[in-house]
Amino acid sequence: MTVFVPACLEEAFDAFDKCPDAQLLAGGTDFMVEVNFALRRPPAVVCLRKVEELKGWRLEHAEVVLGAGITYAELMGPQLSDLLPGLAQASRTVGSPQIRNAGTLGGNLGTASPAGDSLPVLAALDARIVVASKKGRRSLGLDELIIGPKRTTLGPGEVIVEVRVPAALGSQEFLKVGTRNAMVIAVANVALVVDWAGQSVRCALGSVGPVVIRARDAEEFISSRIDWARRTLTDEGDVAEFTALVRSAARPIDDHRSTADYRRHAVGVCAQRALGRVLADHNGGTWEQTSWAS
Amino acid sequence: MGADIVGELIDYQLRVNGHEHDVAEAWLGENLLYVLRERLGLPGSKNACEQGECGSCSVLMDGKLVCSCMVLAASAVGADIVTVEGLSAGENELSDVQAAFLAEGGVQCGFCTPGFVVSVHDLLEHNPDPTELEVREAVSGNLCRCTGYGRILAAVRAAQETRQE
Repeated sequence: MTVFVPACLEEAFDAFDKCPDAQLLAGGTDFMVEVNFALRRPPAVVCLRKVEELKGWRLEHAEVVLGAGITYAELMGPQLSDLLPGLAQASRTVGSPQIRNAGTLGGNLGTASPAGDSLPVLAALDARIVVASKKGRRSLGLDELIIGPKRTTLGPGEVIVEVRVPAALGSQEFLKVGTRNAMVIAVANVALVVDWAGQSVRCALGSVGPVVIRARDAEEFISSRIDWARRTLTDEGDVAEFTALVRSAARPIDDHRSTADYRRHAVGVCAQRALGRVLADHNGGTWEQTSWAS
Repeated sequence: MGADIVGELIDYQLRVNGHEHDVAEAWLGENLLYVLRERLGLPGSKNACEQGECGSCSVLMDGKLVCSCMVLAASAVGADIVTVEGLSAGENELSDVQAAFLAEGGVQCGFCTPGFVVSVHDLLEHNPDPTELEVREAVSGNLCRCTGYGRILAAVRAAQETRQE
């Protein structure tokens, strides 16, 4: 086994030249479990911890450009939680302080778990993911990068470099169901983004399918029913239809963590609450005061 | 500069509690917890779950609280690592947080205690006056199966109050 600790991307690419089968190591919170339990003994590891280009974030016009090495703890910082509130909410639900200090956004993408907590938010924000290799760069949507449980379209020697998302887009909510608040893998998770200027609702569901699912029918339906001038729903009966469409978009399975039936129920409840909170925030109330968002 | 570490068994150095330590003839897949305990004679960090769930192996790496079982030891070359052994002033002294755990009965079997102590040091370092909710969140990655957490939370409050005096 060989361990490379490159300081820049160019050195990381060189490492892949020497060991094309090398495994990428970001925060280690998934990878090291497999190594510790002897489930994996890769011939070589390229550790990305010191790669300068993957650190930090910047604002480019109306876009936030997040380095793939950014940690969940950093995503919860004061500035980023204003610019990307949904991603900050999702980050807060990940693991524990120890895990949030180590785990990275790029690692969440590369691991491509169906339960990855950042993934529904990135889907709902229509994030672009930039990957790079010695041959150059390409930019992908989430559904082009992650194509199955723990399966990505990353080619040999390709590294996830950055994630580009719109800054402070509308209202954002993230909800997650699990057995406790900390150290829990999602039974179901939901991200909802309401773009007030663009008059659209985006809703993405996690842990209820092989990959994150955009509930397109539910999005289209509720977008057509919102009174965009007053930022409210005229017919509260529409909420039931929205919830039903979310539930039918889910493709959950039974596993050791939960059942398909419960997951389908849970994503419906989460999406309904997310919508309730977003609309209540814009009408000077708290979400509890919106009668149907219970 | 980046470092390439090649070969089945290798030698490298880790900076732990302010001192450079030689790690000789190690397998590269070893996690930092194993190296601390089995190679560097620092058994304060405990090994329980090896998957980041229990927090008993918590250390500070470049000032960040992490689970040492999830750090590839060879990738930690150049990082500043502080273990529970590095928190007190001397070998036979207790840190203020350790003293508070003892005084308040926050220790029963003691296995989780070093991890809790590191987490609480990290919390009070960054947030000297945490609310109870912030304390609970700060130790949410540390499991204790003995105390029911009540005495641990009391110990954190006691340490917090002592520091404010």
